[in-house]
Amino acid sequence: MNEAIQLILFMAVLVALAPIIGKFMAKVFMGENHFMKPVFGWLEKIIYRISGISREEEMNWKTYLYGVLLFNLFGMVFLFLIQMLQAYLPLNTEKLPNVPWHLACNTAASFTTNTNWQSYSGENTLSYLVQMIGLTVQNFLSAATGIVVAIAMIRGLTRKTTEKIGNFWVDITRCVVYVLLPLSIVLTMIFVGQGAVQTFSHYARATTLLGTEQVIPLGPAASQSAIKQLGTNGGGFFNANAAHPFESPTPLTNFLEMFALLIISAGLVFTYGYYARSKRQAWAIFITMFILFAAGLAISLWSEYSHNNVLNVSGNMEGKETRFGVANSVLFSVVTTDASCGAVNCMHDSLSPLSGLVCMFNLMLGEIIFGGVGSGLYGIIIFIFITVFIAGLMVGRTPEFLGKKVEAFEVKMAIIAVLAPSVVIKLFSAIACSIPAGLAGLNNAGPHGFSEILYAFSSAAGNNGSAFAGLNANTVFYNLMIGFGMLIGRFGVIIPVMAISGSMARKKITPVSAGTFKTDNWLFVLLLLSVILIVGGLTFFPPLALGPVVEHLLMNLGVTF
Amino acid sequence: MKTQTITALKILLIMTVLTGIIYPLCMTGLAQLIFPYRANGSLLKRDGKIIGSELIGQKSDSIKYFWSRPSAIDYNPVPSGASNFGPTSAQLKKQVVQRRKVFAEKNLVPDTTAIPKEMIFASASGLDPHISPEAALLQVERIARARNFDISQKQKLIKCINELTEYPQFFCLGEKRINVLMLNLTLDNF
Repeated sequence: MNEAIQLILFMAVLVALAPIIGKFMAKVFMGENHFMKPVFGWLEKIIYRISGISREEEMNWKTYLYGVLLFNLFGMVFLFLIQMLQAYLPLNTEKLPNVPWHLACNTAASFTTNTNWQSYSGENTLSYLVQMIGLTVQNFLSAATGIVVAIAMIRGLTRKTTEKIGNFWVDITRCVVYVLLPLSIVLTMIFVGQGAVQTFSHYARATTLLGTEQVIPLGPAASQSAIKQLGTNGGGFFNANAAHPFESPTPLTNFLEMFALLIISAGLVFTYGYYARSKRQAWAIFITMFILFAAGLAISLWSEYSHNNVLNVSGNMEGKETRFGVANSVLFSVVTTDASCGAVNCMHDSLSPLSGLVCMFNLMLGEIIFGGVGSGLYGIIIFIFITVFIAGLMVGRTPEFLGKKVEAFEVKMAIIAVLAPSVVIKLFSAIACSIPAGLAGLNNAGPHGFSEILYAFSSAAGNNGSAFAGLNANTVFYNLMIGFGMLIGRFGVIIPVMAISGSMARKKITPVSAGTFKTDNWLFVLLLLSVILIVGGLTFFPPLALGPVVEHLLMNLGVTF
Repeated sequence: MKTQTITALKILLIMTVLTGIIYPLCMTGLAQLIFPYRANGSLLKRDGKIIGSELIGQKSDSIKYFWSRPSAIDYNPVPSGASNFGPTSAQLKKQVVQRRKVFAEKNLVPDTTAIPKEMIFASASGLDPHISPEAALLQVERIARARNFDISQKQKLIKCINELTEYPQFFCLGEKRINVLMLNLTLDNF
């Protein structure tokens, strides 16, 4: 009963607030007046003045993309360097050594691509300084990058006969100053009030009741936790992520973390509706996403509460926290894999096989069920292109979207964007399964071991960052493979998306006629759902059958590995 | 292109200062001002010495104390973590059987199915500070015997458990639970 109330409350709050924040973000990126302007307007102006950005100057898609790539490249190099040099830098209270090169490569790629896969444990690897000026910064910037690419794409879709799709530097600044920073500040203070730590002091040394020594790690965790959720980053300050009592001490913080990780992605759908001047377009996308989310949640809950014949228990608590219980853990696992966040409040490795399958399937669809901030929206728009293309083929008309013709170029780009992550998942998993370096890191045997590998590359390609964390991925092989996987999964999508944006911006808008294929009704929702499930299902059914499905069947027979 | 490069470096620098230095510093300042106890880790002291954190579970597998949950890291928080055993893991099965047996024997629980699940499965952080009130009540008999409690002390202990039980926030968020360290500290003051 209590479980049901929590689930319904969560969904209700999400549906109620997403349109509001969506409209707010539209105003921010259109440069209109909004309630945050009097508060932080001065900061925006100062940033333009120091950096010499001209607010009026807009870019074509190539210049915009060049800005995205350059900015991310510099961010990545900087993050790599400070990890390699952390022993010589200040604020290293625990005297941690420099990070090994392959781990530094992986972490740099991970945080700039908004994946936040973590091959390391924060407590014993990274200094406070690296966590702040390296990771916290990329938590903001990678999120902002995703959001502004989505905004650029929306502009491309909704403008006509123009080359200009906005100014990357202006968008980034507005995103950080008006959207991410204010929300992070509020969230940080609530987290601390509930018990999350926010300090620069040394780790505390306690003598426990039984007289043994317990070293208690501290740090500026709350401020990083806030943005890691809001920006669908997901990289924990501590190893246990949002399961750690210092990151998420109470059920309230847990609720807010789940809400924070979905709200911007869900809101952006309505930002798109605002730009397109059509609430119905936004609701069609939102409902599609919501159906996929709710279906995943239902399957996952059913599976997790079902009886496990191996352990002779239903709703097991392995890898779960008492204060959250089973329902909140399952909800979090579904939400975090829908949203490309990757923060976890329970260990996905220990979930029941089909709950693990739901997580993996969410990743494999390309993070489009709300998805990462920005990336979820441009991801689902890619699927919309494929849907209108297929629908066009079926009735023998030139496909159209928002009054613009969808032609060979856009469809080719859309297919590249869908294929790039899929190739990473299947090819890289196959390589890892066939060489000793790939098999060495497994924590579980049998089909579950295969699932650990499959999950890792699905997480990398979808820029999620959650893991079947039993896999020891801190090896040269995994750090580099997953590192490349994350970069392909991120920029293999962003580049075609920007190209589509540029090409769509140039097109004319033809007026709506009786023959126009509508993209804002239930028929379209149904078609879009089918395309997503067929593409996802056909691509990934074979590997899923070898992993979680087989494990589920064997578990029912009581087989162990 | 050259101006883009310079702009990229400038914006990266500005954002690093803003979100990497000013933001965490201001948040730390505010947090230390408004919630000093929370921001510093909710550390508990006894006789001037730090005895632990209210929020971080610790090992308490003595016969005289309430037990915390099993922990994959044995409550050593650097780093936190879980077993990550899958649902068909033979090792996990072995551990579960063993934990059920030990809990039933030591706490004189005749029916092993009555043992709350959190007592036979390891937590996600390895530092879970809570158990369910049911799990605490099941341990009263053992503790009362180990500490030679009389009937009235035993009843006081049960009352203690009821008082320290935390209910779902706002009537619906989260689970009913009890903080093991707080309970054990009260126990020492009996």
